[in-house]
Amino acid sequence: MKHFRYLENVSTIRLDVERCVGCGACETVCPHQVFSLDQGKAKLMDRDACMECGACALNCPTQAISVSPGVGCAAYIIQTWIKGPEKAACGTGGGCC
Amino acid sequence: MEIMPFLPERPEKAPEDSSPRGLTSVVSTILSSPDQIAEDVPCCGPPAGPSASPHERPGYRICSFVENFMDTAAGFVPRIRTSLSFSDRVSTVLVRCNVGRNTYTVAPGLYAVGNPDKGSPVLVTANYKLTFDHLRKSLENMNVFILVLDTRGINVWCAAGKKTFGTDELVNRIRLTGLSNIVSHRRLIVPQLGAVGVSAVQVKKQSGFSVTWGPVNAMDIPRFIENGMNAEPSMRRLTFNVIDRAVLVPVELSLAAKPALWFALALLVVSGFGPGVFSLSALWHRGFHAVMVMAAGLVAGAVLTPVLLPHLPGTRFSVKGALAGLVLSLPVAVMAGDAGFLGTLGLVLMASALSSWLAMNFTGATPFTSPSGVEKEMRQSMPFQVAALVAGLIFWIISAF
Repeated sequence: MKHFRYLENVSTIRLDVERCVGCGACETVCPHQVFSLDQGKAKLMDRDACMECGACALNCPTQAISVSPGVGCAAYIIQTWIKGPEKAACGTGGGCC
Repeated sequence: MEIMPFLPERPEKAPEDSSPRGLTSVVSTILSSPDQIAEDVPCCGPPAGPSASPHERPGYRICSFVENFMDTAAGFVPRIRTSLSFSDRVSTVLVRCNVGRNTYTVAPGLYAVGNPDKGSPVLVTANYKLTFDHLRKSLENMNVFILVLDTRGINVWCAAGKKTFGTDELVNRIRLTGLSNIVSHRRLIVPQLGAVGVSAVQVKKQSGFSVTWGPVNAMDIPRFIENGMNAEPSMRRLTFNVIDRAVLVPVELSLAAKPALWFALALLVVSGFGPGVFSLSALWHRGFHAVMVMAAGLVAGAVLTPVLLPHLPGTRFSVKGALAGLVLSLPVAVMAGDAGFLGTLGLVLMASALSSWLAMNFTGATPFTSPSGVEKEMRQSMPFQVAALVAGLIFWIISAF
């Protein structure tokens, strides 16, 4: 999205080009056009546009992509700080999502 | 023709000894022929309404968006309307205001639009009724099946993140609905944003169905299908324009309402402290002034920042919110009362901290912030927000003396 940039150099997305077979799934499913196919291999064109949704990693047939998933919600992140990632749960069950 | 056993048989002639029980009955007896009396004329009140649909079952109601049912190899499938009713639209508004949003669902399973046959496309979606309504209203004049997954009433993208719009549920729902007996092809159109939870490779392996990634927006589905299931580049792009952002505001406000109310109450009480230890008049005057400024901070953080998002400086939502809070609360602080320099400074600091916090919480409602980014922003900004809040409170209390 053109006018919506967030913090730079924070995304955990990694691409192992060796394992890439150029199927193009990552290019198709990414909501922010982070990937582009170049000479039969995927390339990370715009790392800072990555929102770590994980669609690419889940749909890569050779597991060439890794990204650490998470919830981009401030209230939930505070919960993970206090209770740890396993036990984090938002306020009054079913409050926000 | 068979006579239904439970209907009374027609009398051969007028029964002379029958006694009509009401005026209507008497009038009907005079006006109509004797043979008509027993069946057409009710014995009391207006004629009875229509009988129950054969598709109704004890404990279940037929939804208003169902037009009728079509018979398939795997049982009856509801054929749904592609236009929204007044009631649907009212519910849409309510749900956008966080009323009933957590239980706004349709039953998971298979639905039909138009007259689909064994070769018709199958569109997969979530069981959040807002999503379901948004999808079906884009399908006018089409013949497709809709496979609704049990996403616990959550929209496609969020549910995909939670994996409820996921591989397992999709594979399971295919099996439960008997989809392979209803369509002869083995292709599903899954919304692109569902890719967060659905692995196309695994779905193929486990169900035999291949996943074709549909457009981001339901509105593009007709053209997508016309183009032979090919997406134009614009169909794979997200938007987050002012309308997209504005519709999120009522929910943000409703989530902020309860904590904001408690904060306002606390601030009212704190405002009562002053030279005479505690004064109710100070609570009212100073307290009211303080709450007004906090309200400006609330509006700046929960309304202005989302609406003006790309136009506010910086990438950090906390900074955008702090600035919006400063700009809105300062004039209100000056105009709504006279608190002197320290008091005004205190109020503006608290309101800006509040606005910054609320704006930072909006990150979870956007389609472009990464969790890593949000966590970094929080670690950087929260110390400032807390410091501003505490300093502001201290200045405000001191300004009473």
